[in-house]
Amino acid sequence: MEAKRDADPSGRWQNDLYDELRRHDVTQFAYVPDAGHSVLISRSLADPGAHSVRLTTEEEGVAMLAGADLGGRRGVLLMQSSGVGNCINMLSLIKGSRFPFLTLVSMRGEFGEGNPWQFAMGQAVEPVLNAMGVICLRAERPEDVIPTVRAAITMVFQSGQAVAVLLTQRLIGAKKF
Amino acid sequence: MSTNSRASEAAKAAASRFVLDRCTAVPALIGRQEDFLHVAGLAGTMYDITAVTNDGPNCYGLAGAMGAACMIGLGLALARPDKRVLVTTGDGELLMSLGSLATIAVMNPPNLSILCVDNGHYGETGYQVSHTSLGVDLEAIAQGSGIKLTRTVSSEAEIAEGARILRQGNATAFVLLRAKPTDPPKVKLNLDGAVCREIFRNGLLHRA
Repeated sequence: MEAKRDADPSGRWQNDLYDELRRHDVTQFAYVPDAGHSVLISRSLADPGAHSVRLTTEEEGVAMLAGADLGGRRGVLLMQSSGVGNCINMLSLIKGSRFPFLTLVSMRGEFGEGNPWQFAMGQAVEPVLNAMGVICLRAERPEDVIPTVRAAITMVFQSGQAVAVLLTQRLIGAKKF
Repeated sequence: MSTNSRASEAAKAAASRFVLDRCTAVPALIGRQEDFLHVAGLAGTMYDITAVTNDGPNCYGLAGAMGAACMIGLGLALARPDKRVLVTTGDGELLMSLGSLATIAVMNPPNLSILCVDNGHYGETGYQVSHTSLGVDLEAIAQGSGIKLTRTVSSEAEIAEGARILRQGNATAFVLLRAKPTDPPKVKLNLDGAVCREIFRNGLLHRA
């Protein structure tokens, strides 16, 4: 059901993105259900080689990925920009223990946003993440996505950094109201 | 009756159920500590587990990031289905991350157990009364979240059953230890999270 509703025939880069993450041994996918990440979520649900974990709030995913690293595995946190705010104190876990940390953030509250409630957190995403020691990389066009995520994977799992790839509203399109 | 005096009445009524000493009940529930990968929550339970493991390489403990313990345990349990993972956390930390019980119940990893040392107080900050002294039942919340294997241990007689549940291994287990509000063992903690991470990973991933 979920997979059917979420299937996006035009989601070419989304499918390539899932394959890229799996090619680099990412096995734990943590998320609060979100339209912007629907292809990744449905692919992870259908993948017997991956753990697809629904969270009640995004900071749970920060802690979960730290646990994955303690066990020698790789994960990714999929969240919307509003979820970044929920993660702030939990990111002290990442910074203090130098855990590798990869998150993909579907942006709201920027390019073409029609819901005024989204702006406060959307505009605060980069300063908040930077303040907590998370490096932000922006993907603005479909052809940016794979190279940007590939760069992030190297920075995270080879160099031990915390990196957020911001899937911008210009890339994913503004929600219609 | 004012809200504060109602609170102190409720705390007094609850106190009769908080009789076990954590310094003896936690080691008794855990038994052979080497059988587990340990995740310890911040404050009291970090002392409990540092003492139980003698600051061993099979323990990663928190001194901040309150609310992280259970979900670190989930990530670790999913990563290492060949190992048993025990999360030991306090009532204060668990109250801050109740949603994680729902997230864990949905995944239900059979190699994950959670031991909540519930003393009804925020011990680290001066023993202020917590919600569990005032009627909140964390075992009922774990059950309501969907965790099927749960027990409350509030007397010596219940420890053996609690210990058995923590090792049962056919579903995620949750054991609520009601303990009196007294200090955990006095041991020196390693507060350098990055060092703890390295030691834990070296012990688990690089051991021959």
